[in-house]
Amino acid sequence: MEVLLEVEGLTRYFGGVAAVKEISFQVQEAEIFALIGPNGAGKTTVFNLITGLLAPDAGSVVFEGKSLAGLKPHQIAAAGITRTFQNLQLFGNMTVLENVMAGAYLKGRTGFLKSLVTWPGSSREEKLIRREALALIDEVGLAGLAGLPAAALPFGRQRLLEIARALASGPRLVLLDEPAAGLNSAETKELAGYLKRLREEGKSMLLVEHDMETVMEVADRIMVLNSGEAIALGTPAEIQANPEVIKAYLGEDERVA
Amino acid sequence: MLKKALVFAVLIFFLVLPFLIRSNYLLGMLIVTGLYSIIVIGLGILMGYAGQVSFGHAAFFGLGSYTAAILATSCGWPTPAALLAAMALPGLVAALIGRPTLKLKELYLALATLAFGILVHILFNEGGEITGGPSGLAGIPYLSLGGLVFDRDIEFYYLVLAVVLLVSLAVNNLIQSRTGRALRAIRESEHAAQTAGMDTSLLKLQAFVFSAVLAGLAGGLYAFYVTFISPSPFSFHMSVQFVLMAVVGGLGTFWGPLQGSGLVVALGEALRWAVPLVIPGAGGEYQIIFFGIILVLVMIFRPAGLGSLLSPQVNQERAGRPGGREVDGGVAGG
Ligand SMILES: Nc1ncnc2c1ncn2[C@@H]1O[C@H](COP(=O)(O)OP(=O)(O)OP(=O)(O)O)[C@@H](O)[C@H]1O
Ligand SMILES: [Mg+2]
Repeated sequence: MEVLLEVEGLTRYFGGVAAVKEISFQVQEAEIFALIGPNGAGKTTVFNLITGLLAPDAGSVVFEGKSLAGLKPHQIAAAGITRTFQNLQLFGNMTVLENVMAGAYLKGRTGFLKSLVTWPGSSREEKLIRREALALIDEVGLAGLAGLPAAALPFGRQRLLEIARALASGPRLVLLDEPAAGLNSAETKELAGYLKRLREEGKSMLLVEHDMETVMEVADRIMVLNSGEAIALGTPAEIQANPEVIKAYLGEDERVA
Repeated sequence: MLKKALVFAVLIFFLVLPFLIRSNYLLGMLIVTGLYSIIVIGLGILMGYAGQVSFGHAAFFGLGSYTAAILATSCGWPTPAALLAAMALPGLVAALIGRPTLKLKELYLALATLAFGILVHILFNEGGEITGGPSGLAGIPYLSLGGLVFDRDIEFYYLVLAVVLLVSLAVNNLIQSRTGRALRAIRESEHAAQTAGMDTSLLKLQAFVFSAVLAGLAGGLYAFYVTFISPSPFSFHMSVQFVLMAVVGGLGTFWGPLQGSGLVVALGEALRWAVPLVIPGAGGEYQIIFFGIILVLVMIFRPAGLGSLLSPQVNQERAGRPGGREVDGGVAGG
């Protein structure tokens, strides 16, 4: 298997405190790599550093052999990495369909001037993006809701919509920040099944999730963070048996299954 | 989205309106309102979608006017070419101002355009022979397209009506396109827009340049309509009125710019007539106080603007969010 993402010595300070300290890991092609750890461990910060929303103080991120250093978030997305947000960042006033079509922005070419002179929905590109967006909406389980404003969806559906939006541009790597938070147990099961199907299709995922059952079920490998530092890396079985992990993390978090 | 029947009805109304009013004064007001609404449409894209404010659009309006006037008189350019230049120059200037400022947070463009507007107004006044100083430029020819010379108000009215219609339709295309979705996405969540691959700085710059080009178009048409221009209509005061028209009409609505411009022009005329009756010797500066009060009242009672009267679903969407833009809270995530 090939290495898709290489994170090396990633470090970021907030006011003298290291939120992320010398983290290194690699994500393989068609792998679900999970980052777990207690609240404030630095998981979301790792996502912000990889997607370019934050600049690292040290370390590097290499994707498909190319360094992402200094790239803007939209350039990193164009390189093939998209994400969802822990605190949902949907386009609330836009419909479900428009959200997913906006997620497919990178698939289109129509610029500002051409947009002015093209009748809405009439171009071939627009029809194709629309069709693919509708298919993706069905696939994540939002069939029949395409015309609703995103803000009108129940919380669990909004999470699914974020995932659909992140997948819409056809990225090679998707970062999922707590995708199961707020989902009921049936929805969580469905989500786990969907993530596994995506992996079968060759998609790589970096997963941050507090729901241990889901993590243990879907992840190929897990890295445990605590106070910004990596304290363990291994398969789900190895992590569950690691005494340091149990002490630092599993022991003090009631949410663990 | 857009109700075609309504658009046709309104279009027919404006087609027959000149025959109903039979007043040169009112026809002139309608022409000016139409020209303003072209500017306000652009400003609506900038404010309503890119989430940026410009307090310098009267300067782009003026740049367009002076460009058209100077090229068509001293330089002897054909009027259509001068009109194209009147669009190009403000667009170019906007690109120069916008490139550095739009990378920064919201307020910077507002400040930069404010300073720019004041500077340009001074240039118009102090431009010596080139701008004609405070007394301005006279002897601007009428616009002639092909064999058609727009030398009568009624002809110019229909020209402006056609331009407003075309610009409105183009903007309606834009909003529902890939680019329009991106502009709306920026307003909703800039971080999500960026991580979906949208170059948000570039999109904001394009919106700003587009709005300046439209202001230049209105300016060029204005010069060929009045055939005499001076610095006074291009002051900071006018920039504020454009912002007022955009907000009162309703940001991001199809009908907003037309309604906002119409209302503010009508109010301006009414105030010009009424204020001296109440406060003898009062000048234009009182107008701006009244406009300020109106702006505050609109923000309180109709945050989505008047445009929402004709497109209720837009009102619904935005009623809960005055200003139409959410507070930007640092880096998204945890
Ligand atoms: N933009 C920021 N400014 C200042 N401090 C920050 C910022 N972002 C994160 N932090 C701090 O960095 C640390 C790590 O935060 P982060 O959000 O990455 O944790 P997390 O592992 O995602 O936690 P959770 O499970 O609660 O989502 C925390 O102490 C947090 O307060
Ligand atoms: Mg987090």
